Amino acid sequence: MAFFEMVKTALRTVLQKPVTILYPAQAAKKTPLSRGHLTIDESRCISCGTCQRKCPAQAIILIKEAKTWQIDRLRCVVCNSCVDTCPVKCLFMDTQYTAPVTARTVDIIAITYVKPAKPEKKDTPQ
Amino acid sequence: MTKQIIVPFGPQHPVLPEPIHLDLVLEDEKVVDVIPSIGYIHRGFEKLVEKREFTEYVYIAERTCGICSFIHGATYCQGIEQIMKIDVPERAQYLRVIWSEFSRLHSHLLWLGLFADSFGFENLFMGAWKTRERVLDFMEETTGGRVIQGTSKIGGVRRDISSEKLDQMVKDLDVLDREMKELTTVFLHDDSIRHRLRNVGVISREDAYHLGAVGPTGRGSGVAIDLRKTGYGAYDRLNVRVVTDSCGDSLSRCTVRAKELFTSTDLIRQAAKKIPDGPIDMKVIGAPDGEYFMRAEQPRGELVHYLKGNGTKFLVRSRIRTPTLSNIPPLIKMLQGCDLADVPVIVLSIDPCISCTER
Repeated sequence: MAFFEMVKTALRTVLQKPVTILYPAQAAKKTPLSRGHLTIDESRCISCGTCQRKCPAQAIILIKEAKTWQIDRLRCVVCNSCVDTCPVKCLFMDTQYTAPVTARTVDIIAITYVKPAKPEKKDTPQ
Repeated sequence: MTKQIIVPFGPQHPVLPEPIHLDLVLEDEKVVDVIPSIGYIHRGFEKLVEKREFTEYVYIAERTCGICSFIHGATYCQGIEQIMKIDVPERAQYLRVIWSEFSRLHSHLLWLGLFADSFGFENLFMGAWKTRERVLDFMEETTGGRVIQGTSKIGGVRRDISSEKLDQMVKDLDVLDREMKELTTVFLHDDSIRHRLRNVGVISREDAYHLGAVGPTGRGSGVAIDLRKTGYGAYDRLNVRVVTDSCGDSLSRCTVRAKELFTSTDLIRQAAKKIPDGPIDMKVIGAPDGEYFMRAEQPRGELVHYLKGNGTKFLVRSRIRTPTLSNIPPLIKMLQGCDLADVPVIVLSIDPCISCTER
């Protein structure tokens, strides 16, 4: 049985600085592994569609004909599955969260990758 | 005979973190009966198993609950691994134990805060969550996610913890232990808290056992059942101490959880000491064909994942039995005969997690 068990803790809390930060005015504490939001290097994407197939939330839509890669940020659950499975490693996980939004939008990114032309076959000497 | 009235409790109530509805049948100030109803946040997870490949379903299984997320993911993976007869590398099993125990720390600290809030200790609530932040920081440093870790996968884990990081973590655990000691001393020894919780929501050992109480709710009544003792994963190589208390009231359940914080840090230390070097995952070929009941110990008690596959990439059936569901019948027993003013404290004392109950 004891009284005033909390006094020590309470006093220390009163005297020390606040442990919280003023997010978003002050950036949130992040580590190199933190999963914030997904980014793409559109110049390297080969439009294979693996990210779309492996996305558990079906947030990524890749349209091969239009050469666009789109992501619904509110659907994305930031699981890192696409980053792990991308064969050309053109997807990256940024450590910072996206800013809050008031309307649902889809980020549409045009893929600029150009397939390198096959080297012309040299005529085999007769 | 006194006139009976019904007072609705929930689904929106200041003390409830998640929606559960209880119809309290009152005679004056005494609760004579309780009619529970759930179903406010059903999300259809179990149906989704037919639409997603079994390897992608890990992410969904993990999102069943926002507090014990890692354990859901790991349990699902272990179930699939049992069906497919995969021997997971040793290191992966130990890493799963470490993250599971951190999940438990995070869950129990969160609960201690909410519980403090339910009996009016706002400062203690903040204190518990401040301590919890250390656990979340560790989670983020090693997995990339504060709450949803997403590191479990079929055949192992997705991320490794370096040995330097493990050493640093064990050192940091001492600081965490000290903070938790200070925190739990208040919960267990402060006179006003003891007065508020002692003999509130009493359930006997027999009732707890027969009504199927699991986890700290059962152990608070002296039912010494802890699934970690069955030795799934790497738990068979670690010394698991089962914490029980005999009184069966709200203070006992609080005591069990407060003491389990230290068994968790102890298990993390043991695992960090014994963890072998080696690969963390292995290639998985084929698809699950068969069925399995995987049981694991969640912070709230026994969790069951029933999984059935037919040899294709899509599972046929998944069924998740979460601990809160089996703790609802004991809760009703506890509430019968209590005062209306004690209802919030008793409801919170079972650590209800309704989102995972309804999935």
